[in-house]
Amino acid sequence: MSLSVQELRVYYQTLHGEVRALDGVSFSIADGEIMGLAGESGCGKTTLGYSLVRLSPPRRLVSGRAVLDGEELPLGDPDAMRRFGWKGVSIVPQFAMSALNPRRRIGGMIAELLAARKLRYLELLPELERRLDLVRLPAAVLAMYPFELSGGMRQRMVLVLSTLLNPSLLVADEVTSALDVSIQRAVAQLLAEFRDRGLVKSMLVITHDLAVLYQIADTIAVMYAGKLVEKASADVIIRAPRHPYTRLLISSLPEIGARHARCRLKGIPGQPPSLLNPPLGCRFRARCPAVSDQCGEEPPLREVAAGHQVACWQQPC
Amino acid sequence: MPRYFARKLLIYALTFVLAVTIDWLIPRFMPGDPIANMLARVSVNTNAAQVMHDYYAHVFGLDLPLWRQYLNFWGRLLQGDLGISLYLFPTPVTQVIARALPYDILLLVPAILLSWFAGNRFGALAARNRWLDNVVSPVAYLFTAMPYMWLAILLAWYLGLVLGILPIAGAYAFSLHPAWSAAFGLSLLQHWFLPFLSLFLVGFGGQAIGMRNLIIYELEADYARYLEALGAPQRLVRKHAFGNAMLPQITGLALALGVVVAGALVTEVVFSYPGIGSLLLAAIQRQDYFLIQGCFLFIIIGVLLGNFIVDIAYVVLDPRTRRGMTGEPA
Ligand SMILES: Nc1ncnc2c1ncn2[C@@H]1O[C@H](COP(=O)(O)OP(=O)(O)OP(=O)(O)O)[C@@H](O)[C@H]1O
Ligand code: SF4
Ligand SMILES: [Mg+2]
Repeated sequence: MSLSVQELRVYYQTLHGEVRALDGVSFSIADGEIMGLAGESGCGKTTLGYSLVRLSPPRRLVSGRAVLDGEELPLGDPDAMRRFGWKGVSIVPQFAMSALNPRRRIGGMIAELLAARKLRYLELLPELERRLDLVRLPAAVLAMYPFELSGGMRQRMVLVLSTLLNPSLLVADEVTSALDVSIQRAVAQLLAEFRDRGLVKSMLVITHDLAVLYQIADTIAVMYAGKLVEKASADVIIRAPRHPYTRLLISSLPEIGARHARCRLKGIPGQPPSLLNPPLGCRFRARCPAVSDQCGEEPPLREVAAGHQVACWQQPC
Repeated sequence: MPRYFARKLLIYALTFVLAVTIDWLIPRFMPGDPIANMLARVSVNTNAAQVMHDYYAHVFGLDLPLWRQYLNFWGRLLQGDLGISLYLFPTPVTQVIARALPYDILLLVPAILLSWFAGNRFGALAARNRWLDNVVSPVAYLFTAMPYMWLAILLAWYLGLVLGILPIAGAYAFSLHPAWSAAFGLSLLQHWFLPFLSLFLVGFGGQAIGMRNLIIYELEADYARYLEALGAPQRLVRKHAFGNAMLPQITGLALALGVVVAGALVTEVVFSYPGIGSLLLAAIQRQDYFLIQGCFLFIIIGVLLGNFIVDIAYVVLDPRTRRGMTGEPA
């Protein structure tokens, strides 16, 4: 087992109080697995991905643990986490377009990063060039400054850099969102290729775009307001979702959603609750079409079929 | 690259011409008559005064039409002739300025450079050390937020009058004359210290706070967070942040050095220090056209030079500016 996360709680310290962006999340990712993480904007996807890499203020670890390849990650200690960065857990951040220092040549910056780990740039250069070729970047980018690259090129550059040391887990946060549709598919394919070639052992692919996940993910976890509400294989999530929120999400997808024409609902009315003072009980209650009295109590994430977990009192359809 | 510099140089040339023209205009539109002012100091009867007034107006070329005065002004300027001071008649303006300038350079260049180095050093340390931040930053804020005049007067009062360890006025003891002697050098140093200290403290405060805030800002930047996410050691992340934060600080330094020739008016007034600042004040009070023009001319040249150095520094230090050099408007 590559990664297992238990009861992870991460809050943001703000002037108004604590924002409970991650409120008790448990899951695991197997070797070679690509797990997708979907959900509306602000539900805590980035918080989850980044917490596995570096948990620094204003983020605060409230509880929970993560085990990577049998070794516990010191989530609460950013300094101790340095040892796991890049090689253990690596990330293509949501801000990949601006992730490179504009005043440094890309090759020079990589050399510095490698030197800090007592690795030789020149020794890794052939592999680096091979991977640049894989993402269709010329080796000449290493002599360039980040601003000389287009946004999409920068994103692929960051993908190559983040995976250079063959990490056990890659967190890829919205790598396709800023790209136009034709390139989205190519980049998604590239992620799968990195896994297939063994450059990355397993992946957590974060996106609000379920179509991309359907293309490459083995399993999909759906988040709502700081909690996991459903997790299953990609096929099951897309074709036979159980949780009312997942159903609404799927039905908003044009081509795949057509399968659910019978119980189709138009969009998702309403707003997710504030995470500053989240309501008691099921957090989806205010927007749920299947709400009942029982929903005043919080539904636990339960296994409803092999490899299929749902957090809902009802099991409709 | 050559096109970039050609365009820059053209802009600087135009700015220079415009600034010098304004420099020529300003004293001429000031109220009052400088020659009458000068003659008022030697009491003569009205008839004789009229004759002398006409004579001096002719000598200074002030009886010519304005456009001729303007052309003459440029003609002389290009030969390095800034005219003759009215109030220190008949000393040439260049000589008057040359006498004051060394004091400014001796006072301001060390004050600016030392406060810049020390301020940036402490600012960078404060950004990473909570204890230092809690001690140095409030002191630095105090120095920059306090009106400079107060600080200068407080220093003069405490070190000069209460402790009585430093002289508070002039550039050297009244009993001495400028000479290459140890006694004069010592006196110069003693008189130099208070104005230097006041300028240093203010500069130090500003630089330290600026650097601290810039580094903290840079450490929050996306590239710094990405480096940290890749497990880069703190030292490496700070190195990147420091390098980027230095850029605006270097600009500030070049600009500050550019206006050294303008002197430091308030400092020179408080400590009766004979630099360009007090010279300019005296020239304005006495409506000394040529001296005012001469002082401003030096200031214009200094500011333009400072800016030019900034431009060059940016080309060397910031790769982003280099892209603008292929010819399209930057
Ligand atoms: N620095 C911060 N301080 C306070 N609250 C924050 C901060 N960053 C995020 N949050 C809050 O945490 C919650 C989760 O944010 P997060 O960035 O993880 O969302 P996300 O699911 O990645 O959204 P998106 O799809 O828009 O990227 C949001 O409600 C947000 O308001
Ligand atoms: S627990 Fe109740 S409110 Fe929550 S999703 Fe299920 S039915 Fe809806
Ligand atoms: Mg996000």
